[in-house]
Amino acid sequence: MNAKGTAYKYGDNVDTDVIIPARYLAIQDRTELATHCMEDIDKDFVNKIKKGDIVVAGKNFGCGSSREHAPLVIKVSGVSCVIAETFARIFYRNAINIGLPIIECREASERIDDKDEVEIDFDSGMIYNRTKGEEYKGQPFPEFMQKIIKAEGLVNYINGQ
Amino acid sequence: MGKPMTMTQKILADHAGLPYVEAGQLIEANLDLVLGNDITSPVAITEMGKMSRQEVFDKDKIALVMDHFVPNKDIKSAENCKCVRDFACKHEISNYFDVGEMGIEHALLPEKGLTVAGDVVIGADSHTCTYGALGAFSTGVGSTDMAAGMVTGRAWFKVPSAIKFNITGKPSKWVSGKDVILHIIGMIGVDGALYKSMEFTGDGIKNLSMDDRFTISNMAIEAGGKNGIFPVDELTEEYLKEHSIRPYKVYEADPDAVYDEEYTIDLSTLKPTVAFPHLPENTHTVDEISDPVKIDQAVIGSCTNGRIDDLRTAAEVLKGRHVKKGVRCIILPATQAIYLQAIEEGLVKTFIEAGAIVSTPTCGPCLGGHMGILASGEKCVSTTNRNFVGRMGAIDSEIYLASPAVAAASAVEGYICAPR
Repeated sequence: MNAKGTAYKYGDNVDTDVIIPARYLAIQDRTELATHCMEDIDKDFVNKIKKGDIVVAGKNFGCGSSREHAPLVIKVSGVSCVIAETFARIFYRNAINIGLPIIECREASERIDDKDEVEIDFDSGMIYNRTKGEEYKGQPFPEFMQKIIKAEGLVNYINGQ
Repeated sequence: MGKPMTMTQKILADHAGLPYVEAGQLIEANLDLVLGNDITSPVAITEMGKMSRQEVFDKDKIALVMDHFVPNKDIKSAENCKCVRDFACKHEISNYFDVGEMGIEHALLPEKGLTVAGDVVIGADSHTCTYGALGAFSTGVGSTDMAAGMVTGRAWFKVPSAIKFNITGKPSKWVSGKDVILHIIGMIGVDGALYKSMEFTGDGIKNLSMDDRFTISNMAIEAGGKNGIFPVDELTEEYLKEHSIRPYKVYEADPDAVYDEEYTIDLSTLKPTVAFPHLPENTHTVDEISDPVKIDQAVIGSCTNGRIDDLRTAAEVLKGRHVKKGVRCIILPATQAIYLQAIEEGLVKTFIEAGAIVSTPTCGPCLGGHMGILASGEKCVSTTNRNFVGRMGAIDSEIYLASPAVAAASAVEGYICAPR
């Protein structure tokens, strides 16, 4: 499984309130919800993201609320992977559970710049920066989580048990 | 002798049916309670609809609390509550709490005796870590985890390592649990306990009320923590016996348990503390503030600070005084029982005479839902838990996190200050 796209870069502690502000949380339609993705940190986000693009951030991405709406709107926006130095733990769980690929890699988080072209090989955990001609080794998932990811989320995983 | 474990690890091991677990190990644990609210439950109900099994594992071990956008703030919130209400009715969920019975979930569940020491609890709300105050393992998860928990009665966990906070001393008059946890978050940062347990211990704990402990455990997530847990002492047992008929189990960390880091916090050295925008780690003691921070609004309430001790403190400060003209002071008792007690003790009278308003329980303003949204450029001192960009309204509004004492004193003076 691979992801390939343009990287869009954000800082540390991107919280779930800026990923999807609570004022929209009553919306159940995920496509409508996704039109507000990252609205309070980057008003242009929904216009510039193309299918397959990659979000790169610093430490503690997705901190704050447990709202699953946060990884969901990122996924529905077309983002193929989020790379961060670290993820907040509930966001990390939620991303796996709903099937949004994420990868922890400090070097990639530091080296990748906004609009770099990036490719990720999820099986090996390798991240390739095509713009800079660099590669970085990401943290691979434990086997148990890989099973959930391969089942495309926790619901399918449980159904398959 | 087995290998040493932290308090959290012991609870998890028992619930996974294992004699020993260690940090990093992936386990599946049995759940004593699965919680959801009016924002996260509709998503969980949709996810559960996709599962091959359609029955809940135990109708008595699921709690659904309508508290975030309740009383319904708009049509969409009303539809969400209706969805949960119908689900609760269909599956005969015993612990469904709607308007009239509801309170803010993390104040309500301990009060109703639904969470006790030794439990493993997951909740589709990040502040589920609150029940650590009772000596339970509780942690926030998403809606899909909640759905899986409702069906299977189990959840997967990566066993956390831990940070130990050795609490000593006695806090001075206007220092509360809120100041303790803000001090800790200021010290270790918003990711200082990422993926880890925060285990509080030490002889200073006896000087912290149960409400102080709830506040401290509640904000473990604000340091990135998986849970924040207190040992069970006489005060805890008194609380549990008063509120619950469920048997509880007391776990203790092994004396030689391994911790990633250890800190000592002398409560007698702490001062009223405020977290400046836009992260809970941006802390300053009130006496360090050189340029006065004028405020437009003060909010006293939430799952962090809407309990009776919090309201008593606010009333003590507001008694015989008046909220500064131009400041809106909004007070939200966290549950119906707390509300009633506040009326009986005369606190509500004090609040209204001081020019504050008293609301029915709701999470409302904390997450910018309703009941106190901020306009562009406005500043609010709030006893809530997050001061992220746009959390309470306009993206250029500002939230200053503080204790009920500081929020009440600030409401009177019109700028951030501590009671004198």
